[in-house]
Amino acid sequence: MEFQVSNKAKVWTTLLMIVGIVFTAIGVVLAIGHGHLGQQFMANFLANSFFFFAIGLSALFFLALQYATETGWYAAVKRVIEAIAGYLPVGIIFMLVALLTLSFMHGGHVYMWMDSDVMSNVKSPKYDELAAGKGAYLNLTFFWIRTVAYLAIYYIFWTGFKKRSRLQDENPGDAVKIHFTNYRKGAVFLVFFAVFSSSSAWDWIMSIDVHWFSTLFGWYIFAGAWCSAMVVMVLLVIYLKKLGYLPKVNESHIHDLGKWTFATSFLWSYLWFSQYMLIWYANIPEETTYYLMRIENYKAVYFGLFFINFAFPMLILMSRDAKRNAGILTFVGLVILTGHWLDVWVMVMGGSMGPLANIGFLEIGMGVLFLGLFIRVILVNLTKAPLTPKNHPFLEESLHHEI
Amino acid sequence: MADTVIYAMYDDDEVLKAGAKKLVSKGVKVKDVFSPFPIHGIDPIIGVKETRLGIMAFLYGLTGLMLATIGMNFFMIQDWPMNIGGKPSFSYLENFLSFVPITFEFTVLCAAHGMAITYLLRNKTLPGMPAENPDPRTTDDRFVIELRLSNNANFDASQLESMLKETGIVEIDQKEIK
Repeated sequence: MEFQVSNKAKVWTTLLMIVGIVFTAIGVVLAIGHGHLGQQFMANFLANSFFFFAIGLSALFFLALQYATETGWYAAVKRVIEAIAGYLPVGIIFMLVALLTLSFMHGGHVYMWMDSDVMSNVKSPKYDELAAGKGAYLNLTFFWIRTVAYLAIYYIFWTGFKKRSRLQDENPGDAVKIHFTNYRKGAVFLVFFAVFSSSSAWDWIMSIDVHWFSTLFGWYIFAGAWCSAMVVMVLLVIYLKKLGYLPKVNESHIHDLGKWTFATSFLWSYLWFSQYMLIWYANIPEETTYYLMRIENYKAVYFGLFFINFAFPMLILMSRDAKRNAGILTFVGLVILTGHWLDVWVMVMGGSMGPLANIGFLEIGMGVLFLGLFIRVILVNLTKAPLTPKNHPFLEESLHHEI
Repeated sequence: MADTVIYAMYDDDEVLKAGAKKLVSKGVKVKDVFSPFPIHGIDPIIGVKETRLGIMAFLYGLTGLMLATIGMNFFMIQDWPMNIGGKPSFSYLENFLSFVPITFEFTVLCAAHGMAITYLLRNKTLPGMPAENPDPRTTDDRFVIELRLSNNANFDASQLESMLKETGIVEIDQKEIK
C-alpha cells in the first residue's frame, strides 16, 4: 500500500515549523544586545542539527545491524526504518551548515579550539596551554578531513542501501543476491560506524568541553541517539497502524520495537552512570570539571533527565503488556525523546553557554522547527516506496512473527 | 484416583498445533503437550495460564536489592567504615554511587538463581527427580499430546481416540493410572 501524507499531518508539521520560526525570531530579538546572540544561536543550531542527524544515522545503523545479523522479524517494518534513515541527507546538510558557520566564526565561542588565539598565539591573553596541547588533533584542517570522511561514508552507505532496497522490490530473481550484498555491506558499515560513531562524537560534541575527555563519551552519545531512533520507530509504526497502513505489522513487531526502546534506554543509562561513577569515584580535577559545570548550572535538568530517561522506561515498559500497548508506548516514547533532546542540549550548552544558557523562546523554537521538519521529511520519505517491501528473503518469516 | 490417559504422538509440531486446535474446538480438554523444544503459540491453544515466573523474578530481585543494601551498609558503613575515595564516611547515601554496581549484580544474581530454582521445582525437573514425560522420544524428535478421561467427562475413550486419529498422529497409546 502506498502511503499518502495526510492533510492533517501536512498542517501540523507546517504549523510546527511556523511556530518554530516565530519562536526562534522572538528569541533572537530578545537576545539582541546581550552580546552572546551568535553563540546562543549557533549552540542551539548545533545541538538540534546533531540530535536529529544522529537519529537518522542511528536508524541507518539499525538497518545495517539487521542486514548484518540476517534478522527476520524486522522485514515488515523495514520501510519505516528506511524512512527515518532517509533524514540522513538533510541531517548531513544541517551538520555541514552548522560546522562550516562555526568554522568561519572561529568557533563562535562554541568550539574554543577553532580560535587561533587560544591555540597558537602564546602572547594572547586567550592562549590556553591545555587546549593548545591538543592542537595536533583539534585543528581545522584535520577536523574537516575527518568530518567530510564521516559524512561522505555515511551518505555513500545510505544511498547504497536505499538503491538496493528498491532494486530488490523490482527484481524477484536477484532478491537473494541483493540480500547477500546487503549482508556484506551491512557488516562493513558496522565496522566504519563502530569507529566513527565514537570519534565523530569526540570531534563534534566532546571538543566543546575542550579541556575534558572521556573515552566512553562516544558510546554514551551513540546509545542516546540509538534510543531516540528506536522511540521514533515505535511512534511512527504506531501512527501508521492507527491510520490503517501496515496491516501486516502485528503486536509482536511493536513488542519487539518496544523491547529495543527498553534495552537501549538501559544501555544509555548504563553508560551515563559508568561515566559519572568513575569520574565521581576517582575525583580528579581535570575529569570532574565536566560534571562540576553541569551541577553548578543545570543541576535539576541534568539529574532530572537522567532520572526520566532511566526510570520511566524501566518502571513503565518492564511488563510485556506495556510493550504491546500503543498508548503507554507513545507516552513513554514522547517523554524520553524529550529527555534525550535535553541530554544533547545540555551536552552542547555546558561547554559553550555555561551559566548563561536557559530554555527560552530560541531554544524551544529551534527544537520545534527541527522537529517539524524532521517529521515532514520522514513522512515524505514514506511515500516514496511501498510500505511493505517485496522479495525480502525474510519477509514471510516477518509476516508470521509471533512472540 | 484411577484414570485413563491417552497419549497421541506426532512427528511435526505444526501438525500437533493444528490437531490441538481442532480438538479444543470440539470441546476436548488437552491435559498437556510434551515436546523437545518450546512450540510457539501452543500455550493459548491448550489453555495454559500465563506464567507468573516474571512476578517471582521481580520479588527475588527486590530481595537481592534489599540484602545487598543492608549488607553493604553494615560492612562498609557501620561495622568498619571505609574511606571511599575520600568521600565522607559514616554515610551510605553519600557513598551510594560506589555501591550501585554490587547492588545491581546481587539483584541480578538473586533474580536469576531464584527464577531458575523456582522453574526447576515447579516443573519437577530438579536433578534426580523422576522423569514425567511419557516417552523418551519426546526429548528427541517426537511430540505428544496427553488427554485424560477425567478431564473430558463428555467423551469416552474410543470417541477421543477416533478424534485424535483424524489429526495426523503417528502413534497412539492408552494407559490406566492408579
